[in-house]
Amino acid sequence: MSERVGWRRVCAVGDLVPDRGRAALVDDEQVAVFLLADTGRVHAVAHLDPFSGANVMARGLVGTRGERPTVASPMHKQVFDLRTGECLDDPTVRLRVWPARVTDGWVEVRP
Amino acid sequence: MVAQRLVEALVERGADTEWDIAVFGEESRRPYDRVALTSYFADLDPDNLLLGDPGLWTRPGVRLHRDTPVTAIDPARRTVTARGTAHGYDALVLATGSYATVPPVEGSDLPGCFVYRTVDDVAGLRTWVLRRQEQLGRPVRGAVVGGGLLGLEAAGALTALGATTTVVEFADRLMPVQLDQGGGAALRRIVEGLDVTVRTSTATSSLRAGRDGNVARMVFADGDTVGVDVVVFATGVRPRDELARAAGLAVHERGGVLAGSDCRTSDPDVFAVGEVAHVAGRVWGLVGPGYAMAEVVADRLVGGAATFTGADLSTKLKLLGVDVASFGDAFAATAGSLEVVYADPVAGVYKKLVLSDDASTLLGGMLVGDASAYTGLRPMVGGSLGGDPTGWLLPDGVEPPSSTELPDAATVCSCNNVTAGTIRRAVTDQGRTDLAGVKACTKAGTSCGSCVPLVKRLLNAELARAGVEVSDNLCEHFAHSRARLFDIVRVSGITTFSELLDRHGRGRGCDICRPVAASILASLGHGHVLDGENAALQDTNDHVMANLQKDGTYSVVPRIPGGEITPEGLIAIGEVARDFDLYTKITGGQRIDLFGARIEQLPAIWSRLVDAGFESGHAYGKSLRTVKSCVGQSWCRYGVQDSVGLAIALELRYRGLRSPHKLKLGVSGCARECAEARGKDVGVIATDRGWNLYVGGNGGFTPRHAVLFAEDLSTEDLVQAIDRFLIYYIRTADRLQRTAPWLESVEGGVDAVRAVVFDDSLGIAADLDAAMSAHVGGYEDEWAATLRDPEKLGGFSSFVNAADEPDPDLAYVRERGQKRPATRAERAVLIAGGSLPVRTAGVL
Repeated sequence: MSERVGWRRVCAVGDLVPDRGRAALVDDEQVAVFLLADTGRVHAVAHLDPFSGANVMARGLVGTRGERPTVASPMHKQVFDLRTGECLDDPTVRLRVWPARVTDGWVEVRP
Repeated sequence: MVAQRLVEALVERGADTEWDIAVFGEESRRPYDRVALTSYFADLDPDNLLLGDPGLWTRPGVRLHRDTPVTAIDPARRTVTARGTAHGYDALVLATGSYATVPPVEGSDLPGCFVYRTVDDVAGLRTWVLRRQEQLGRPVRGAVVGGGLLGLEAAGALTALGATTTVVEFADRLMPVQLDQGGGAALRRIVEGLDVTVRTSTATSSLRAGRDGNVARMVFADGDTVGVDVVVFATGVRPRDELARAAGLAVHERGGVLAGSDCRTSDPDVFAVGEVAHVAGRVWGLVGPGYAMAEVVADRLVGGAATFTGADLSTKLKLLGVDVASFGDAFAATAGSLEVVYADPVAGVYKKLVLSDDASTLLGGMLVGDASAYTGLRPMVGGSLGGDPTGWLLPDGVEPPSSTELPDAATVCSCNNVTAGTIRRAVTDQGRTDLAGVKACTKAGTSCGSCVPLVKRLLNAELARAGVEVSDNLCEHFAHSRARLFDIVRVSGITTFSELLDRHGRGRGCDICRPVAASILASLGHGHVLDGENAALQDTNDHVMANLQKDGTYSVVPRIPGGEITPEGLIAIGEVARDFDLYTKITGGQRIDLFGARIEQLPAIWSRLVDAGFESGHAYGKSLRTVKSCVGQSWCRYGVQDSVGLAIALELRYRGLRSPHKLKLGVSGCARECAEARGKDVGVIATDRGWNLYVGGNGGFTPRHAVLFAEDLSTEDLVQAIDRFLIYYIRTADRLQRTAPWLESVEGGVDAVRAVVFDDSLGIAADLDAAMSAHVGGYEDEWAATLRDPEKLGGFSSFVNAADEPDPDLAYVRERGQKRPATRAERAVLIAGGSLPVRTAGVL
């Protein structure tokens, strides 16, 4: 069976707690991976909090602002859109976003 | 600083597209905050002083030339020369500031003599003092020449470095420019109480070197001498107008480049701003007027017609920890003006109001020792104080005026010259609805910050007037207050967040409502914080049961009830800290905080602590933190009750109790109050007949003294009263509302709460008692429970695909024998493969 080009297997879906994040190392980069309870979708954004400079984003609380799925930095509570990485409190700041998906029970991220 | 503000002002006006802006500075740093220079001693990181947004200097139209002093101006050719290169200009702004003057005293250039002006000055001073201390093996003897504002700052810095300090002032009092005889005398008494020697009416005639060539003796004009190892000159500043003089620009005979109200010098293409400019009849030595001049020049450069005609010279400072403020006509220079003075030499307070001849109008004032009235008084200058003005001076004086009474023209922020009207318009015209928005839009409160409470009051008053409802809805997902939500959960028996959301909310929740729901569910005893769905509700602190620190690691605080600990317990904590290399510090709550634990280390650390008999201290939770106690009757010769015993009993009773905000308790064994119980949410003070109970105190951002709730209670009645008070608070307070504001918000205030607790006025006392007894019976150490449950432990890994791999970006330096996170600058060195010297000096 050929490996799907570009996608990296990160963990099993069962390793994630719904509506919580986990940090992962993908090609030496720190990625925050989230599993959303309502959509069953996974999202991957930078683990580095651009405001504090600490690797903590995976430990933030997820939620929604209107229709947008969000994560709040656990350090100083700035809120980011999980799909685009955009910071809702400061539009000049953005988290890097990686494409993420679930395949055969595995969470995959494409660097 | 003023140049920085000028560039900001130009960029704000979009002038950076029209003008190429080049800034030349002789220092190697970006513009930094000289007003806060002394703070360098506290954190030793000059980067923390840097001003404004660093992005300012990388904009296309802006260029900062550091280390590039301008050496000549040629107004005819319109060029400046720096490092041998001529740069052309269309408009030139002189913002060269001033230099510290050193009086013509023989020996003032000896090694060990300093001025106090730049980061390099203070860094050099610090290094000198620490080195001499080591060489001499005794405290360094310091002297400061000049007893003004800067001299006292320098004295504070020397004292903090461990030097003995003498302040020498030529005038007959300290701070002669700002204070009169009475104020100067009060300040002197306070300063001498801090072990600083003060010599007024004293001239320094020479400085003598010791055998090693360093400064060793200071000789006064009257022949008296003192031994010195370091001398700081703080005798004033002089405008740096030498470039302007050499270029033939008009200069005032006593210094300063002459400029008109448009800040133009005698050459219309050259402007002068800040301390180098002689404008509106004088040189202005404060940053506020300098910023105002920067705005004028920016406006002129884009074709405006702004003018500078003078500025408010009001100042409020904290020198050596002493509040000093002076504003308006502080010296009563107005003809016929009246002075109202309140002086309390014992308390170290001097306050003076200057009023018009009919006592109707406030003209100015002076405050030493307690400047709390400054924020309220300064905007009232030129207006009426109403009623009895002495009320403003007495310790428990009249309330500050409500913000709606302030005229639009009143200056609220004197650093940035922002009026009440400007702040109101930020709300009404520009639609700002929070403090951050108003600060960003007006710059009010962004420099010294002393006006922030007033800005907030103005904002709230304006919002209320505009009919903006200050909604008590928790967030967009719940149209209920926290208290209402608590009742819903309690009465309906809902036990999960998703059920609560489905039945009473909308959306998926957020970082606001999730922790609130978590706290409510925990207060009502619905399981472990990590059980099932609860795990997704907890803030990171509650989620990993530790306190998040700035670098993403955590601190660990085991419970030490009442602050009582055995030697074995101390050793066990010490061994854990040593084995995991944790930074260790004693907290204000009489326990021990262990910093720098990585998320994946927490279970191993707690496993050791639990084995040694410790349990979670809930330092991470909105919950009971500590019950602080003094040693009480058991040892103290004044104690009248067993305060430690009661504190331990209370801490074990209420441990783990989740609440709207953190809860702190204190128990003192006698009226001397060594446990500072009146600074706690619940404070207990022993009497010879029982216990007095106080409620609603706290420290922190808005300190509050607790109020007396009941007197001479038996231990049993006391515990029942605290039980009911706490549960009633937990049920009815708002999110993140501590007991003091809660008591104010309850209808009927503290009397109504007292009636609920002692007279069962709402008929819920039995219910409150039952709730607390359920809590006490259901308590379980959440760390011990976590360690028993492999599923809960699964979350404590650094990376889901590399469980024990530490965060590779963490970097530490050793300081005073322990680790601390590296600063950005240190981190750059560490990552580049360099090494940093270990800091051992135990100073500051």
